[in-house]
Amino acid sequence: MPNQQAESILQVQGLKKYFSVKGFRSKSKNQQVKAVDDVSFTLYKGETLGLVGESGCGKSTTGRALLRLIEPSGGTVLYNNEDILKKSPREFRKVQKDMQMVFQDPFSSLNPRIRIGESIKESLTIHSIGNRNEREEIVMDILGKVGLRSDHYFRFPHEFSGGQRQRIGLARALVADPSILILDEPASGLDVSIQSQILNLLQELQDDFKLTSLFISHDMSVVRHISDRVGVMYLGKLMEEADTDTLFSNPVHPYTKALLSAVPIAKVGKKRERIVLKGEIPSPLNPPSGCIFHTRCPFAMDVCKQVVPEKVEIQDRHTVACHLYS
Amino acid sequence: MNVVEVNVNPKRVKHDLKKQERSLLLRRFLSNKLMVTGSIIIVLLLLLAILGPKLTPFDPYEMVVKERLEAPSSHHLLGTDNFGRDLLTRIIYGAKVSMWVGFASALLSSIIGLAIGLTASYYRYLDNILMRICDGLLAFPAILFAIALMAVLGAKTENVIIALTIVFSPEVARIVRSRALVVREETYIEAIRSQGASAARIIWKHIAPNTISPLLVKATFVFSEAVIVEATLSFLGAGVPAPDPSWGNILSDGKDVIYTAWWMTVFPGLFIILSVLGLNLLGDGLRDLIDPQSSTK
Repeated sequence: MPNQQAESILQVQGLKKYFSVKGFRSKSKNQQVKAVDDVSFTLYKGETLGLVGESGCGKSTTGRALLRLIEPSGGTVLYNNEDILKKSPREFRKVQKDMQMVFQDPFSSLNPRIRIGESIKESLTIHSIGNRNEREEIVMDILGKVGLRSDHYFRFPHEFSGGQRQRIGLARALVADPSILILDEPASGLDVSIQSQILNLLQELQDDFKLTSLFISHDMSVVRHISDRVGVMYLGKLMEEADTDTLFSNPVHPYTKALLSAVPIAKVGKKRERIVLKGEIPSPLNPPSGCIFHTRCPFAMDVCKQVVPEKVEIQDRHTVACHLYS
Repeated sequence: MNVVEVNVNPKRVKHDLKKQERSLLLRRFLSNKLMVTGSIIIVLLLLLAILGPKLTPFDPYEMVVKERLEAPSSHHLLGTDNFGRDLLTRIIYGAKVSMWVGFASALLSSIIGLAIGLTASYYRYLDNILMRICDGLLAFPAILFAIALMAVLGAKTENVIIALTIVFSPEVARIVRSRALVVREETYIEAIRSQGASAARIIWKHIAPNTISPLLVKATFVFSEAVIVEATLSFLGAGVPAPDPSWGNILSDGKDVIYTAWWMTVFPGLFIILSVLGLNLLGDGLRDLIDPQSSTK
């Protein structure tokens, strides 16, 4: 676990992504979905930050916005003290070498017509690393590191299983020797037994490559296993952020509490008190005023309906956005 | 996870795998009887078109008035036409014209259609413009449109190719575009974009190869359609001008004497049917063969 003085490597401040919806019958002409709304966090060198939340809460969008696969609507992302959102495509290419992504679906993330070695090699070609022969060697080397054989180089994606494909995806992300890895639910498309293999491999590689990673997932137990710190997202906003142990032992935000109470305990007869939230997630087209969670919060007060709660640091490295603590 | 260190020579593995894939492809090709039939027909027709002129003792333009409209015999295998020219020789030279026109317009419309389809699918702001133009062109029935173009361009073999290319390119473009639209949303395109790949690399290396199989299938059908439309144009007198032989204008000459010289209608007609049948069988087979996902079956 990184110590407090750890150097920050990526600072995300007020990241926003609004999608405008031109509905066929929508009353107001320009409605917007705030997929990611004012999200700020910092990645420290060598750590793994887990980003959890329900489907549709904007965690994947956050990951994609960092890589500008989806162009963010606002905010700044500082990498090496430079705002990467303002860079021209040419300058941004250097950042792309350092920031790599592993995708959720191992079946659609590899081009079916290209031999997997070539797929992995492309990253080297784009960033002009090594010459022709060296590239092939680097790729064979990385194949070994992710637990594949070097002769797999010449095979096509359909010849591999889901777990193997995710290894290929990892190899592709790692081949250019990045410093930041964005993992978008890398294990959730896999069988449980394969999941743990991939997660363990991931941890090994993180140590080997001295990687900093953003781990996006909806699976609390996976996040607990792999992250040093965890951020909880709800409807495009970051609700609580803390070290993994703190968050799981002492969650303070009502939403985090509810989320954690839903994690099953692997012990016969033992049950934890389940906090069941009332209602559904509000439509992101028409989000609640004030605190975005007040419609479902068991502790909602009047102030919650009007005022957006500020993020406060209630403990060292433990921030929460909730009126109960401000 | 134990990494088993296997000492392999990568070049050797590559060679072996490629050989293996090739033999698999050959086996699957041979197991598709219809496709083999189609290929044999097409190869024979192509051979006929290329070698035929050297094998026949007759000149396709030489008129022998006293031998006009002779029935098939050992001297004139398929008989003679209304000018006393050997019909088999005319058909062989016609095959050359038909195959050339079909192949050239299939190739040209594939290239143009591919470029238009990929551009429209990748640059969304061009999509509406390009596709509305294609829609406009597609609104005309192929044959009418080709006749109109020929009227403008003038009856000449090269102009037939140009007209057919204009007629068939929009069809190819539509097919390429619809496939490319699916492909561009795939995660592997996002993955390569996240690497910082240029638009050219994404389009040509990742999207284009994934549109090749529907394109190739379409190209064989364009080929066969082009043979028919060329024959129709020549039949109507708007295609390959006389005295150059083409299956269409042989048919056209034959229609006046259909009751006295059936061979002038039947034989070129048979050749048209045969070439279209062969190309369609080939196209159907290609569609099954080219899909890499099915190569393990």
